[in-house]
Amino acid sequence: MVNFGGWDMPLEYSGILAEHEAVRTRAGIFDVSHMGEIEILGAQSLDLVQHVTCNDARHLADRQIQYSGLMTPAGTFVDDLLVHRISPTHYFLCVNASNQDGDFDHIAAHNNFDARVQNNGDDYSLLAIQGPKAEALLQGFTDIALSGIRYYHLAFGKVDGVSAMIARTGYTGEDGFEIYFDPEYSEQIWTNLLRAGAPEGIIPCGLGARNTLRLEAGMCLYGHEIDETTTPWEAGLGWICKVDKGDFLGREILVKQKAEGLARKLVGFEMLDKRIGRDGYPVAIAGAEIGRVTSGGPAPFLKKNIGMAYVPLNQSALDTEIEIIIRETPVPARIVAMPFYKRPK
Amino acid sequence: MYPADFRYSKDHEWIKTEGDTGTIGITDYAQNELGDVVFVELPKIGAQLKAGQTLGSIESVKAVSEVFSPATGEVVATNEALANSPEKINQEPHTSGWLIRLKLADKNETSALMDSAAYETYVAEKAKEHSA
Repeated sequence: MVNFGGWDMPLEYSGILAEHEAVRTRAGIFDVSHMGEIEILGAQSLDLVQHVTCNDARHLADRQIQYSGLMTPAGTFVDDLLVHRISPTHYFLCVNASNQDGDFDHIAAHNNFDARVQNNGDDYSLLAIQGPKAEALLQGFTDIALSGIRYYHLAFGKVDGVSAMIARTGYTGEDGFEIYFDPEYSEQIWTNLLRAGAPEGIIPCGLGARNTLRLEAGMCLYGHEIDETTTPWEAGLGWICKVDKGDFLGREILVKQKAEGLARKLVGFEMLDKRIGRDGYPVAIAGAEIGRVTSGGPAPFLKKNIGMAYVPLNQSALDTEIEIIIRETPVPARIVAMPFYKRPK
Repeated sequence: MYPADFRYSKDHEWIKTEGDTGTIGITDYAQNELGDVVFVELPKIGAQLKAGQTLGSIESVKAVSEVFSPATGEVVATNEALANSPEKINQEPHTSGWLIRLKLADKNETSALMDSAAYETYVAEKAKEHSA
């Protein structure tokens, strides 16, 4: 067990490699109840969401979800999050565990609207069922026709007899679902899903596999690729940064940064030998440091060692040969396209 | 679990002495802590190691760990099978997952290390600390 933002969580159950493979080829189940939930209610809840996040939530329909960034006034990340529109007067935000209280304070501090902000992390358990067999497994526990829930949409219904919000989202690069429900039923649903999934090779997965899966899928992790010093443009998240939507926190700076051009950007790399470039290792070209690895490690499904790093824009082209400095030794690596892994359609 | 003819270091290496040769590996406790091993970096044959000196590193999916030599001597063999099958360290840490062989400078040097009973007590304490 590791302590993660105050939660005691297993880093692994049967082993990171076995869990990673299960999710890519069958399915795995993650208890991610540590994730925070913040709810925004009231007539102007959309205006508040629009003001504090960089994506354009006007485009959401009821029961639709979007990935977004919670912005500082400097256009950097307080957090990244999923914005679920439950109704025009109810938005449900899923945020990172360690940022939950800071996010809540930030949103509340900017709430000059007719809206109520609720810090509701203790009200929800969250299980993620991820992988190609996720739908078939979960369908056995609910009357909702899961095939009718499109990617980044949600439905309300019963899971194993318990009222739940079922969202077709995840952090693994696979198809799958995240289900939110009353924590009282955590053990029941966890146990029953795993029991039903066992004959199919569906297994419990921990934080270790969650990290290798998201890295392989090229997804950002708060505190690594994104934080209060990085903007959406730099992180390759321009697709969630809608500066034309109207005013929001950091907009002016983001508009300016885009007009002036970036100094650095996030790239993916793969190691050219068997050694592993890990979080924090220096990145160099011809011995001169140009950046640091934000996340790095094995990509178990691709059978490569990969990572992400911020490098100067003029040294960020695909196929650029770089070095990762591993215990004082420069080890060759190459800038490659992200995501490293994309699931077959 | 822990062979009686091995000696053990506090850093979780084992050494088995036969004549003036010592075979070195990491313990079952250590492999379990590391998780899935994916790469091993070992010294060159002929390298001179002092007790306590880094002999190489083991990369698991989640972390890299240095391995320290439990004895002084010259490296006379390395486990080449680990290059293609590093998982042997997880599967059989005390046998096929060995790391290196040393020609020992002093056969009596390892008597300062723990015997299997002492090591078992040592790791039981560690496990307790973890669950506390």
